[in-house]
Amino acid sequence: MSVRGTDLRGAIAIVGAAESTDLGKIPDKSALELHVDAALNALADCGLAPADIDGVASAGELPNDIADYLGIVPEYLDGTNVGGSSYMLHVRHAMAAISAGLCETVLVTHGESGRSRIGMTPWAPAPQSFMAQLEIPHGPVGAPSLFPMGVRRYMAEYGMTREQLALVPVVQRQWAAMNPRAKLRDPITVEDVFASPVIADPVHLLHCCLVTDGGGALVLTSAERARSLDLPNPPVYVLGAGESSESSVVSGLESLTSSRAIRLGGERALAQSGVAHADVDHLMVYDAFAHVPIYGLEDLGFVGRGEAPAFIEDGHTAPGGSLPMNTNGGGLSYTHTGMYGMFAIQESVRQVRGTAPAQVDGVDISVCTGVGGMFMSSGTLVLGSAATL
Amino acid sequence: MKPVPLATPDTQEWLDRIDAGELTVPRCTACASSFLYPRSSCPRCGARSVELVPAAGTGVLLSFVVNHRAPAGFEAPYALGVVRLAEGPHLTGVVRTDRPDLLEVDAAVRVGFEERGERRVVCFDLEEAGR
Repeated sequence: MSVRGTDLRGAIAIVGAAESTDLGKIPDKSALELHVDAALNALADCGLAPADIDGVASAGELPNDIADYLGIVPEYLDGTNVGGSSYMLHVRHAMAAISAGLCETVLVTHGESGRSRIGMTPWAPAPQSFMAQLEIPHGPVGAPSLFPMGVRRYMAEYGMTREQLALVPVVQRQWAAMNPRAKLRDPITVEDVFASPVIADPVHLLHCCLVTDGGGALVLTSAERARSLDLPNPPVYVLGAGESSESSVVSGLESLTSSRAIRLGGERALAQSGVAHADVDHLMVYDAFAHVPIYGLEDLGFVGRGEAPAFIEDGHTAPGGSLPMNTNGGGLSYTHTGMYGMFAIQESVRQVRGTAPAQVDGVDISVCTGVGGMFMSSGTLVLGSAATL
Repeated sequence: MKPVPLATPDTQEWLDRIDAGELTVPRCTACASSFLYPRSSCPRCGARSVELVPAAGTGVLLSFVVNHRAPAGFEAPYALGVVRLAEGPHLTGVVRTDRPDLLEVDAAVRVGFEERGERRVVCFDLEEAGR
């Protein structure tokens, strides 16, 4: 693989980052209002006003509607929607656009009324989509049947035990217990996971993410402009970014035990950043289901093929471990509105700033990976403090 | 009522032949690669000439879940899996077995059809269970 875009390493910074005022059940806000609430919080976080924004990116709601609601007159719009990883792609595209001079300051927003369904179109695949033609007739119970389709094969090929799979939500609950905003905070055991209802064996309820309402937003600008602003919080620099995609139906994926999209997006992001795995202080891997962080650890190259279950079992991703992962509690325990990627980025920003509820000591470099659909897309960001420039 | 696929022009003939009780696999007439889902062009070389070749009707179960919750019309528990057909491409479908709890990956399967009104849907039967 050729290394592309190394001149863009650290070219832009996340100067504002915030989530919606509330998370969980928010019956008094539409999906669009959740975008707006998070956007206003992110603007307040960096001391800017809507008039300072000249680019808008969003998924779920259209960027033109976000701009219009907030009174922004944009010169750059990015409506990329490839599922839950879309926000990682928005950041990557903004890195290119800002660096090329197409715009100066980009607002990226997420908002979803995943639980209350206020102002949301009912979720259903289009009747003639690939999923509706090739998967729905066979009776999947939605994502819990389709996303973890490869887990049995992974267990057969690499010897992962059911106990090891159950340790993913168990360990992430340890992080959530330290986070007052996490929806689920009570400690759980492997036995609790086994005792939770079976949804699509080997997947139990506690292997599955939450379904919540919420939003999040980022304000991005050039590193140069960031230095000229009087910012209340230190900028978090984008050292590298990568993206890729493959089939939106699981039968079309190249492998059922690895994600090509995570692998390719991760390779690009790490290569652009010049960061070695050993220098990564903190990791977020989108966890719609318990197996996704296992695939992510391997596809990003932090461990070898088949080694992630033992890595987690040995405590490396847990509080006090060598590679703290999903430190907000993740989609499994913190929040999951539907397209969770924005919340993974928010936690990476907090960890690099040093303001996370479950703060890890000395985080200068955080890697943040999102996935969309059932591994149909992925985006990875490498974020760093000023010390990494 | 269990759902049936609603065809698009590029999947119509493939689905029509399933309704007639025949599984086919799309194959590029230019580079000879086989693929699924059905497309009107080849995902390997981009040629617009695709033929539907009758499938051997055998395959290997790559992986599966056993659904303990079921959408309308389905009765849990049942196994939903991804099969690698003898021709190479993969297909999702129900594996018909009374004991989904005994199912294992790499099981040899044979293509079957479930009738839904005037339509048919592909499913899989275990080879060892006999026919």
